Amino acid sequence: MSERTERELPAESGQTAEGHESTRIRHRVSRRHDVPTLVARAREGDARSVARLITLVENGDPALPEVAAALAPYAGHAQVVGLTGSPGVGKSTTTNELVKALRAAGRRVGVLAVDPSSPFTGGAILGDRIRMQEHTTDRGVYIRSMSSRGQLGGLSAATPQAVRVLEGAGCEVILVETVGVGQAEVEIASLADTTLVLLAPGMGDAIQAVKAGVLEIADVFVINKADRPGADATYRDIQGMLGLGERAAGDWRPQVVRATAVRAEGIDDVLTAIEKHRTWLETSGNLTARRERRASVEVEAIALGTLRARIGDLKHGTALSTLASAVAAGEIDPYAAAEDLIKGL
Amino acid sequence: MQARIRVVVAKPGLDGHDRGAKVVARALRDAGMEVVYTGLHQTPEQIVETAIQEDADAIGLSVLSGAHMTLFRRVIELLAERDAGDIVVFGGGIIPADDIAELESLGVAKLFTPGATTASIIEWVRANVTTPVA
Ligand code: B12
Ligand SMILES: Nc1nc2c(ncn2[C@@H]2O[C@H](COP(=O)(O)OP(=O)(O)O)[C@@H](O)[C@H]2O)c(=O)[nH]1
Ligand SMILES: [Mg+2]
Repeated sequence: MSERTERELPAESGQTAEGHESTRIRHRVSRRHDVPTLVARAREGDARSVARLITLVENGDPALPEVAAALAPYAGHAQVVGLTGSPGVGKSTTTNELVKALRAAGRRVGVLAVDPSSPFTGGAILGDRIRMQEHTTDRGVYIRSMSSRGQLGGLSAATPQAVRVLEGAGCEVILVETVGVGQAEVEIASLADTTLVLLAPGMGDAIQAVKAGVLEIADVFVINKADRPGADATYRDIQGMLGLGERAAGDWRPQVVRATAVRAEGIDDVLTAIEKHRTWLETSGNLTARRERRASVEVEAIALGTLRARIGDLKHGTALSTLASAVAAGEIDPYAAAEDLIKGL
Repeated sequence: MQARIRVVVAKPGLDGHDRGAKVVARALRDAGMEVVYTGLHQTPEQIVETAIQEDADAIGLSVLSGAHMTLFRRVIELLAERDAGDIVVFGGGIIPADDIAELESLGVAKLFTPGATTASIIEWVRANVTTPVA
């Protein structure tokens, strides 16, 4: 008896160890998928594959050109709506309500919510989902939080490609929530078909909006927190400011709507304004113009990224530092150094 | 752009003890990770779906309510059902030693109890959670 136990024990523990080993290997395999499989599954709406594709995009994976090629045919299939405005103005709450209304209308919805990365560690706490949890288990909604990963324009470098992934996955409307730090957050305007700028009474008011340069990018102003005192004044300020700008016949006049997102009030008006803008885009030919501008920004960004990488690789990565030493020592001027660098490509 | 570890930090159940979850979320952020914080009162179904949509490498659960056996077990089950068993499940809170042993045998990778330093948590995550291989 004791002999058997003794023989069994090592055999059993050996098996356990092997079991552990094989689970580890299985895990690895289940996390590795070829791009065509991922794209095919994402097309069927498989959230895991959509999620993995966005990760590839975010990480600038070597498979990126393959992913982009596979997704190219689906470009332009979705309506892209951007939401920007100061932190706390109600972007996530409004996004949540828009999702609810769009789902009630039977549309498939994607959400990309960008939060800032820490400039010190590169880490991030992504908390926009907290306000959208009621949609988490709805298979007709895909929500992804993205870190800005050091980018300062309110989006991350990967956001445009993530939009493409969601288009490929059959999302009919894609809502993009920007970081919302206020200043110079104009990137969203080149990504979205329709840009909503959210304001709230008493914070980031009309004058602030002008300073931040968001007046120019708004297709629709949403005066959120209309339950608070001062909402009417903010509304009038914005209307007044819009009255000052010169506009040719046929130009879009930004809509101004009031909403109380926490109570789901005014959301229909926001959707109506978005639809109105959409119709204007289509009838005026501006939709194509916007899409082309979006593509041009995208292509340029990719080209510049590739150039930067190639410059970094020149002479095994020493070209730039060698020239930099020469410039610092006053041996050569920076323009000549840059010329040198470009010639090396 | 380098891959970053993505962790969903979630508070399942009905209690409102969210200090630990917030402390851990901030610590992981400060260690350079991307932390999706879900807020309070999440069901296991919501947590698993969130982790899938967010392509999380790990789920960290904070449970101080006493319902840890049910909640951790359900999350592990749901991950298996969704063919997402590669997502590492760990966590912390008020969890007796006997229960820790049982949860670990169910597939919970690691549990931290009150007093655990954030440094030890970061170190453990770095050693045991990997980003996906394409
Ligand atoms: C502060 C506190 C509260 C605060 C909570 C404030 C808040 N927003 O968090 C208040 C006063 C609201 C509160 C209320 C209650 N509390 Co209370 N509370 C505590 C107390 C004293 C400290 C908890 C705490 O914040 N610790 C500090 C944080 C940083 O530590 P931590 O959460 O343990 O986290 C550490 C580790 O556990 C681990 N960890 C935790 N989560 C995670 C997650 C991950 C991913 C990882 C890796 C690690 C990790 O790492 C952290 C760092 O070391 C504990 C007792 C104790 N000593 O723990 C009781 C305690 C948790 N409370 C308890 C109870 C019973 C209650 C009440 C039900 C009391 C009542 N009868 O009304 C209510 C419930 C209210 C509600 N709605 O839920 C009991 C729970 C008993 C149980 N589980 O069996 C405890 C244990 C007290 C006791 N000894 O009875 N409470
Ligand atoms: N009073 C009031 N509060 C609101 C309204 N909309 C959002 N909030 C609150 O404002 C805070 C910030 O909202 P959030 O959507 O996270 O803003 P974000 O930072 O712009 O995404 C939350 O506490 C919301 O509940 C509103 O219409 N009225
Ligand atoms: Mg937000």
